[in-house]
Amino acid sequence: MELTGAQALIKSLEMQHVEVMFGLPGGAILPVYDPILDSSIRHILVRHEQGAGHMAQGYAQVTGRPGVAMATSGPGATNVVTPLADAYMDSTPLVAITGQVATAAIGTDAFQESDITGITMGITKHNWLITDVDDIPRVVAEAFHVATTGRPGPVLIDIPKDIAQSTMTWYWPAPADLDLPGYRPVTEGDPALVMEAAELLLAAERPVIYAGGGILKARAADALRELAERTGIPVVTTLMARGCFPDSHPLCLGMPGMHGNYTAVTAMQKSDLLIALGSRFDDRVTGKVSAFAPGAKVIHVDIDPAEHNKVRAADVAIAGDCRLVVEELLLALEARGLSHSEATRGGRGGSPSDAVAGAPAAPGTMAERYPRERLAPWRAQLGAWQERYPLVYDQQPGPGPLKPQFVIECLRDQTPEDTIVASGVGQHQMFASQWWQFDHPYTWVNSGGLGTMGFAVPSAIGAKVGRPDKMVWAVDGDGCFQMTAQELVTASSERIPVKIAILNNAYLGMVRQWQEMFYEERYSEVYLSPDLPDYVGWAESMGCVGIRVESPDDVATAIDKANSVDDRPVVVDFRTDAFEKVFPMVAAGSSNDDIIVDPSLIGGSRP
Amino acid sequence: MNMYGTDQRHHILTVLVENKSGVLARVASLFSRRGYNIFSLAVAPSDNPRFSRITIVVDVESAPLDQIVKQLDKLIPVVSITELDPAHSRERELLLATVEAGPESRGQVIQLVGVFEGKIVDVGPAHLTVMLAGAPTKLDDFEDLIRGYGIVEMQRTGRVALPMLDRADHRGQPATGTADTTEKAG
Repeated sequence: MELTGAQALIKSLEMQHVEVMFGLPGGAILPVYDPILDSSIRHILVRHEQGAGHMAQGYAQVTGRPGVAMATSGPGATNVVTPLADAYMDSTPLVAITGQVATAAIGTDAFQESDITGITMGITKHNWLITDVDDIPRVVAEAFHVATTGRPGPVLIDIPKDIAQSTMTWYWPAPADLDLPGYRPVTEGDPALVMEAAELLLAAERPVIYAGGGILKARAADALRELAERTGIPVVTTLMARGCFPDSHPLCLGMPGMHGNYTAVTAMQKSDLLIALGSRFDDRVTGKVSAFAPGAKVIHVDIDPAEHNKVRAADVAIAGDCRLVVEELLLALEARGLSHSEATRGGRGGSPSDAVAGAPAAPGTMAERYPRERLAPWRAQLGAWQERYPLVYDQQPGPGPLKPQFVIECLRDQTPEDTIVASGVGQHQMFASQWWQFDHPYTWVNSGGLGTMGFAVPSAIGAKVGRPDKMVWAVDGDGCFQMTAQELVTASSERIPVKIAILNNAYLGMVRQWQEMFYEERYSEVYLSPDLPDYVGWAESMGCVGIRVESPDDVATAIDKANSVDDRPVVVDFRTDAFEKVFPMVAAGSSNDDIIVDPSLIGGSRP
Repeated sequence: MNMYGTDQRHHILTVLVENKSGVLARVASLFSRRGYNIFSLAVAPSDNPRFSRITIVVDVESAPLDQIVKQLDKLIPVVSITELDPAHSRERELLLATVEAGPESRGQVIQLVGVFEGKIVDVGPAHLTVMLAGAPTKLDDFEDLIRGYGIVEMQRTGRVALPMLDRADHRGQPATGTADTTEKAG
């Protein structure tokens, strides 16, 4: 079968079971857009290529399948750079396809030429410039393989216009035909190291499971829960891992890090064993590295061996897929007699000390000695911290200032518990992570590593496309919203009913918070405006329902109204209190021991 | 330290890569963006046309060797990485230098080149271009001595290296324990 390169490319995507892609055409990619008309693949026309990339990320984060974004050469391709960098940091499987000028024109500074493979070399897992039309099916197969296996990540395929126009004889490569002699991702952990890990785990008195995004990538949420319940070891879930272990579980300590809660941060600091599963000791988690968890031994499981000993030396470093390694670890523990669940399941709002109540240990097994008695004082300590240092805010009845945390709590309580939440980056992101109750994996979509403002709207759209059965709310800031809001035009025209809550404090809030706390309240270039733009008018002009909320008394009604709309996007402009800060906080470069809690918890006053 | 890395700070990595365009850029870009220092880098096709071999002398004070190897290993076109212990490998490098060699010093320069078993590869009225191949330390010594006469231009290739042979093994296999090859992972 003779096909053009363009037809072969689209057919290759079909072979990869791509059901949807996000993109925007242009000169160099024109040939590839023609066969899209005849394809089973749904193409969603974005308003800016950055939106295409973030939509593909949102799609990938909630479905686990690779997202596909397409753009033309030059500016189209460079507009995808931010999503690629974002996906690289957060290990999101993303396949970007960019047009390139004709091969004869490459290197001549042709119109809309940019060296996108050169530009994205450091922010993709790998990229390809196709120079032979016959390579197309093989390269597409390689690209999807690389993007989705090992540590997932973004890849880019650059296809010159003349290659897309020339013809080839169709084939589809067998797995053995992939030309990747240097790519052999590890999957299973070394059994000897897993045994060592089991020994450390059984000997620990103050262990903490430090669960990262790798749990979700490896689809290891069930295995993690089994591990936690069988051992009674408490779990912290990083920003990238929210939802991988239920917040309502008595063993869940919530999010650690710069804006993590006191107990999660302090549990790690005082721990004698960190069981890092698919987490990478990011600086936002560790604070000052030399002062991080000084008494802890470290078991570090990661599919990327380069993460081992990068930031923190591991006592046992296991290279492997988190799900497989945790399952191996469970078998190793079982071999040592630990075979019965220690903790009770479920139960909202419990504390770690509840976790041991009423779970009889099997007599004569290790479980009798471990870890119930041994971990009891530790769990009691954690429970005491939770009681002493909860997350707090103070919402007075209207018409006083509306607290952003109150908005998140209302949203949480008025939406189905498996609602997908997407966020931008800043205070609203931290409020969302802190105050939402994540009880299901793949319900939290955010930009953790790169911290890309403007991520929320497009990623929420991509998430809704991937999971049309679920309600999708974006929690956004007013600064973020202005960066990518035009994609709501995409959402309206494609009938993608996402809901956007803007926590509109008229400021670049997180920067404002830092200037308030660390720059003597010298506010430099952080004021936006509550009503320029007019968010409701803007939303309506983009085909959305627009709602404005100024009083806490109106929050519930507005959310109900938003939830009732399912034929178009909704934007709710919540006018929130600009003075509200995110607490707790560990100042950049400080030790996690110096965590700053909400002033009201230590006798101070709140705004 | 010295600028050619013939001291304890350096480690030699020989990296087998796919012989595809852009591979050298990927390696160089990795070193640059992660802040790893390179003393020298030499690249050439290997005996198999599918692969090239890059010999990199890295500064292990800029980053732990383990990190450098693992990050390098993550590059898809990198097939294998062998770390050569300088004490158990044969290293060679080539030096070309154009040296001031007027009537009064010409004889001494030629003599020095002779002592080091180098070659005169070009002759001008007031200059000589000389070539010397050998162990990097030998090149260092030569460079120090010839500098006194005035170096106009100089080029060193950066080293290439292979593991030392086991004396007891006549089949030409590298001695065990001299090379630590990293299998791909990741």
